[in-house]
Formats: sequence, structure tokens, C-alpha cells
Amino acid sequence: MTPTAVVTGIGIAAPNGLGTDEYWRATVAGVNGIARISRFDPSQYPVQLAGEVRNFDPARYLPSRLLPQTDHMTRLALVASDWALADAKLNPAEQPEFGMGVVTASSCGGFEFGQRELENLWARGGQYVSAYQSFAWFYAVNTGQISIRHGMRGPSGVLVTDGAGGLDAVGHARRHIRRGIPVIVTGAADSSLCPWGLVAQLPCGRLSTVTEPDRAYLPFDARATGYVPGEGAAILVLEDAARARERGVAGYGEIAGYAATFDPSPRSGRPPALRRAIELALADAEVGPADIDVVFADGAGDRERDRIEADALCAVFGEAGVPVTVPKTMTGRLYSAAAALDLAAALLAIHHRVIPPTIHVSPAADYRLDLVTGTARSGQIDTVLIVARGHGGFNAAMVVRRHA
Amino acid sequence: MAEFTVDDLRRVMRAAAGEAEGVSLDGPILDLTFEELSYDSLALLETASRIERETGITFPDGVINDLKTPRDLLTLVNSHLAGNAG
Amino acid sequence: MRRRIAITGIGVLAPGGLGTKAFWELLTSGTTATRRISLFDATPFRSQIAAECDFDPVAEGLSAQEIRRMDRAVQFGVVAARQCLADAGLSPGELPPERVGVSVGSAVGATMSLDQEYNVVSDSGRDWLVDHRYASPHLYDYFVPGSFAAEVAWLVGAEGPAAVVSAGCTSGLDAIGYACDLLREGTVDVMIAGATDAPISPITVACFDAIKATSPRNDDPEHASRPFDRTRDGFVLGEGAAMLVLEDLERARRRGAHIYAEIVGFASRCNAYHMTGLRPDGREMAEAIRVALDEARLAPTDVDYINAHGSGTKQNDRHETAAFKRSLGQHAYQVPVSSIKSMIGHSLGAIGAIEVAASALAIEHNVVPPTANLHEADPECDLDYVPLTAREQQVDVVLSVGSGFGGFQSAIVLADPEAKALS
Repeated sequence: MTPTAVVTGIGIAAPNGLGTDEYWRATVAGVNGIARISRFDPSQYPVQLAGEVRNFDPARYLPSRLLPQTDHMTRLALVASDWALADAKLNPAEQPEFGMGVVTASSCGGFEFGQRELENLWARGGQYVSAYQSFAWFYAVNTGQISIRHGMRGPSGVLVTDGAGGLDAVGHARRHIRRGIPVIVTGAADSSLCPWGLVAQLPCGRLSTVTEPDRAYLPFDARATGYVPGEGAAILVLEDAARARERGVAGYGEIAGYAATFDPSPRSGRPPALRRAIELALADAEVGPADIDVVFADGAGDRERDRIEADALCAVFGEAGVPVTVPKTMTGRLYSAAAALDLAAALLAIHHRVIPPTIHVSPAADYRLDLVTGTARSGQIDTVLIVARGHGGFNAAMVVRRHA
Repeated sequence: MAEFTVDDLRRVMRAAAGEAEGVSLDGPILDLTFEELSYDSLALLETASRIERETGITFPDGVINDLKTPRDLLTLVNSHLAGNAG
Repeated sequence: MRRRIAITGIGVLAPGGLGTKAFWELLTSGTTATRRISLFDATPFRSQIAAECDFDPVAEGLSAQEIRRMDRAVQFGVVAARQCLADAGLSPGELPPERVGVSVGSAVGATMSLDQEYNVVSDSGRDWLVDHRYASPHLYDYFVPGSFAAEVAWLVGAEGPAAVVSAGCTSGLDAIGYACDLLREGTVDVMIAGATDAPISPITVACFDAIKATSPRNDDPEHASRPFDRTRDGFVLGEGAAMLVLEDLERARRRGAHIYAEIVGFASRCNAYHMTGLRPDGREMAEAIRVALDEARLAPTDVDYINAHGSGTKQNDRHETAAFKRSLGQHAYQVPVSSIKSMIGHSLGAIGAIEVAASALAIEHNVVPPTANLHEADPECDLDYVPLTAREQQVDVVLSVGSGFGGFQSAIVLADPEAKALS
């Protein structure tokens, strides 16, 4: 029989909370993590808000050996992976030699580290470039560093699909569980909140230039003006359910369904492929729309893309057919980590039986969504759909359900 | 620069590669091996590269990976600084 | 029944000649394409050599707008994708979009464009608060290399899953492995899969200088990439792309497509040892090989040729020699092993896909490409590395392996679908 993949551990470093407990308390309470950028002076840029992970002192969690060779986002990933393993009560040293793998997503790699070394190169010369530049900035760095830190010698994997990456990584991790690998550490981390990272994001034209933190990122609102960039990490321990049960760990929920699609070229005149991703994920989980208790939406934050998502949700679930929420309104969009964080939040929603709210948003009626705004909504939650999209046309959808 | 001291070396090593878990650079490090200090070839190359930039000396290819201890490295640096590195 | 996966189209852009034919001629003649870097002034750097593609995007049919939008690596990928489609007898738009996916490997994404853009927006590194007013309108597409997959998907009209797989220098193998997963599970019927990288750029050259990983044999670039040779002194940077059409074998047979080879096994493993170092015993690569052969239901003795990682660093050559012995036992001494990096350099994430293309062509032509520049093997490397001259022999099963920064080891197994070993 094909093994079932359950999430047994969660580690979170988010703009509105460091650590799963702090994040979840803030998220249920609707605490906003978006503020003016503090890492550098953003005055000269058209975008000045971001979701920054505050009060994160890497030296408190990591040996100083790792600091010169890691970007900020790798430190977030390493700390989140430590927390996820502790949460899963999993001691890597006790696992079989090739029994643990690592699959992560990344959007832009260690951009701040990269900026420092590009500055060294252009301002001072090649001999000033760090010996760590050969890997510290690249997309695969977190998978490598996590595997080394915990002695994980199973399958490796790294996916780059912009904002859909968090789900694609977990979807791929599930393939490894299904073919018999007991444990995969998966999820994503991203941060590009350095001047170079911010400037690199501007040309996509979808960042909000609003400077009030409660007005800048308003998905499914008629006042939507784009999104706010964020940073953070959400790392999960995915495990063969039978083995997890043997060691007495129930887990947060099962990865029951997953699908990815890609939008046609804008010049093709063909319809977007998001709806198909949702339908395929439901089919993969062998559930119908009526089984879904809540949708964690992508929530692009611009009229065009909010419309596409709302239409897809209405087509599948009917008008206002299912509660929809966008906790990203509290953190900004964390690139590849956004979907991983939404997935973690969905599992926590099942665990705590509460839907976190979408903050600051007055839903535009023409989207015809039952958006959970204002305050959290309590109730039995067993099955959740998570939707994620990435720049260029990436779509991913995942269904998680309470594990019996 | 007249002489590169053990404290200079400690400072550069800290910036270049820090300390591994359970290893300190504070004590008498000179005669510990780089292996005992958990300094791999990459950590050593980064350390050497920072020394080169700070002192203006250039190590020939290959010599760095043959060094066994911080004392070897210190001796090499100071012989270069004294202009008698051969 | 398990779905089988056929390679029905190959597109290669490699140093020394663009297109599959030129590529194979270069490899089988044992000619090297390594030279002094011409893409920028490399004189301030320790290593000033590379294997470059003589690539003219206009001649390859890219529009001015495409050339502006796409990093050099994307241009390679798109041109190679177009070639592989044509080679497979398919035209863009002919395939059912929902049943086609894209998987593009790249280790360093749009590094070349990012490097140049940074120079501009930072006023040559002077301003930490870089000036967005000088930024390219396409900077976001360089920022997240997911754009690589998007360009290929748009070209072929794919609306199934699309992804960039970026596992350092195993990206090419891993992107093809990822594609095989999607095909086997039935998510798609056709995958356009491969890899591209164009890393010959000041920042890349500088970062490999810093760890002395690249060869400084600047006065003799043609002979600088010397895998397994006693006098080797590092790898030589390369660039290029290979894209493949992978499809369900039954589907390929039904439409009468030419089948180069079947992909019968793949596995990747982390070494959990070091971001750049390799464990001398080759343990994790041996495990990847064991799992890939197991998936293929083949025995070590079935392997007719090993397409090695063979980067030309001392630690790699010893590591993989140990891995072959550990996984194949006595057969490691009988099977020919060669490294095409001796001729076309190491194009980081792209090379794995280029090596899969070479492996498929070895099966197609029953020829093993040589290891150029190998005059006297390192005494610790005591296998048959096919020095200097290509070898005609029956090639039914090929093992190709890769190692990458991050501590990744991958192995893929290709076979002639009619091979006796498979029955």
C-alpha cells in the first residue's frame, strides 16, 4: 500500500511571529507584521513597506561557524528546521542512514549575501569575494545546509517556481514518502529585503506603493493596489504516517492532494490554468468541493489576478460556497515561503479548529467570496485547500486533511 | 604591518569562519590542528583570503591546504611580512 | 503496469558547436572547446579560461524583444527546447497543453544578467542603496529564475506542471529526474526537460577563484580540463543547454517517433557532509547509483558505460572512483568511464542534462566518448577512463552521475529499450 504522508512538525519564522506558537497567536488575533522597512532606509524607493521578521538574533540559535557562510534567509530556514524537528519529536540521529531527505523551494536565493559579494566584486575586486559566495546565495543552499546540520542523507530536491514553490516542494516531498523514504524535511524560506532585492522586485509592477501598513495589501478589496513583499521561513517535517504512528506521533494532518499547472502565454488567448490546478488537487485527494471547510487563497492583491482566483473558486465551489481566508495580509507575500506558511497555517487551523482572518480587507462584492474578515472564525475544520501562484504563470493547489 | 599576532589571527578567524559547536577560539589555539578546530579547507581558504587582503601579501597556490595548525599559518604570514618567504 | 519513459527529441547547445550533430562530432573526435574567456575581460582573475558557446541569438531566430527579456541562459534553453521539439517531430501547439509539462534545471539562474545589472544600479559597487531608476524592466525575471520554465512553457504551449529545478551542479540530472516522476505518476504524457546555465561572468569566476576550484592553466586553455589526469588542477567553467522531449514510451511507439533511449532509473542523495566537500568514500553517490539501478531493475554488470561527473578536481575524481567501486564492485574495473567535461567544460546546472544527451547518443551510435587530456591517470584513479580516443562498442545501458555544491549526488540510468538486460 502507498504510504500516507503526514506533517508531524512545523517550524515558523514569520513577520508576525517567531516560532509556531507566537505566529499562531498573532495570526488568530489578526496581528499585522507589515511595517516600514527597517533593514535599510527605503526613503528613496517607491515601495517602503515589508513584512520583516523582527527580533531574530541568529547567534542565539546557530553556531558562529554558520554565520559567515549563510544569508539571512538560510538562517531563518535552519532555525525553522530545528524547530520543526523538535516539534515532531524526531531525533535525526536515530533514523536510518538514508531515511531522511530534504526538499525545499526558493525564489531568489540568498539575495542580501549576493548583494554584499557583488559590491565586493565591483567596488573592490574579485579577490574580495567570499569563499562562501560559491553556494551561500544559490537556490539550493537551504536544502544543503539543512541536510548537513541534521545528517540527512536521503533524497535531495530544490524547486524554483516563485510563489508556488512552497506547495511544489511539499508535493515533491510527498512523492519521496510514497516511494518509501520515512522522513522528508520540506518547505521554503525566502528573503530579499536588501536594497538590491527590493529593486529587483520593482519591475514586476505588482508591488504596492501605499505607505500605510493597513492599506497597502488588500486582496479581494476594491481598493487593492498590489502586494507587500515579506520574508520568512516555514519548514515542515513530512513523515510516513505509519512510522509516525509507531513512534506515537499523530501529526497535524495529511497531505491528501496536490496539483500544479501553468498558465498559457498571455498572447495565446487561452484561459488561466488555476481552476484546473484546484480541481486536480481535489481529485487527487478524492474529495469534492463540499468536503473543503476553508480555502487559504493566494490573494495576489491586484484586481486582475484577484478576479482570476475568485472566478476559479466560484467555478469550483459556487458563489460564496466556501469560507476563504488570506492570512498573508498579516505578513506580506513571502515568495516561495508564502505557500509553505499558508500550508502550515492550514494545518494549525485544523489542529486548533479556527480559521485565521484576512485583515484590513473589505471584500468587493463582485468577487462573490465568503471572505473571513475581521476576526477569526471557529468551527470544525477537517479538510483545507491551499492555493498558490507564482509570477509568470505558476499555479499550485494542495489539500490537507485531519489525520485519523 | 609589522607583525601578525595571534590575536589578529583570532579576529580574522572569527570573521572568516566563526566557531563550530563545542569549539572555542579563545584559549591556546596555536598548536591545535585546524581539524580539531573544525576548520575545513573552505574555512581555511576564507581565513587566508582575508589575511591576504588585510596584509597585502599573496600566498602561492597550494600552500594553505598543507598547513596543519594556526601556528603554521602565523609563521607563514610573518615570514611573508618579513619579506623572506622565498 | 509501470509507465516507461522514452527520449524522443534532443536539443543541445554546447561549446565547440551548436546543435546535436556538432556536439556529437566534437565529443567523438576528442576535441576540446576550452579557451581564454572572451565574454568579458578576465585578466584580473586567477582562472581566465572557460568553454564558451559561439552563440548568436539573432541567428537562432530570437527577436530583439526576446533577446532583451531573456538572460543568456534562457536564450540557450529556449533555442535548445525548440531544437528538441523539432527533433522529436513535434511542433509547438500540437500537443494537448494540459498533458505537457516543463522542467528546467539551472544552478545559478540569470547570474550573468544580475551581475551586469548590479554593476549598473550600484554605480560599480559604490552605492549600497542601489538606484532603481537604472534597473532593467526585466529585472524581476532575472531575480526569480522560474522565468526560465515560463519561457519554455510558452514556447511549447505547456500548461501542465512547470518548474525550475535548482540543485547546484546536479540540476540537470535532477530536472530530468523530476520530469520522470511526473511522467511515471501519469500527471503528464510529455515533458520538455533539461537544463541551461550561462555562468561565465565575473562574479562566478571570482567565487570559484576564491576557493581555488577552477583551473588556473591560463597559458594552455585547450588542455586545462584534465579529469582523472595526474596533473589536473581544477575544473574549467562552461556554459550551454540541453533540452529533451521525454514521453510515455507507448505513446512514442504509437506515433512512430524515433526513440534514442529509455530512462530507466534515477535517484538523488544528500551527502550531509559539506557544502563543497565530498566524502572520499563515495558513499552517497554509491547509494544513489544503487537506488537508480534498483529502480531500473538492472544489475551493476549490465552497465556498459559510465558517463562520469569527472570535473577534474582531485577530490571529485577520487570520490567518484570510490563510488563506482562501491556500487558496481568488480564490474567498475571492466566498464568504460569517461568525462565529457574534458572537452566542453563544466556548465554547472546545465552539464547534467548535456551529459544525459551524450549518454543517449552513446546508446544511439554505440560509441563511448573519450576523456580528453588524459595522459597519465592519478594513481588513485585506477579505472578505464577511455583516454583521448572514442571507442566503438555495444552500448545498451549507460549510468550518468553528478555531484553538486550543497552536497548533492545524483545518478540516472539510460537504456536501449530493446536491450536484453531489460527483459
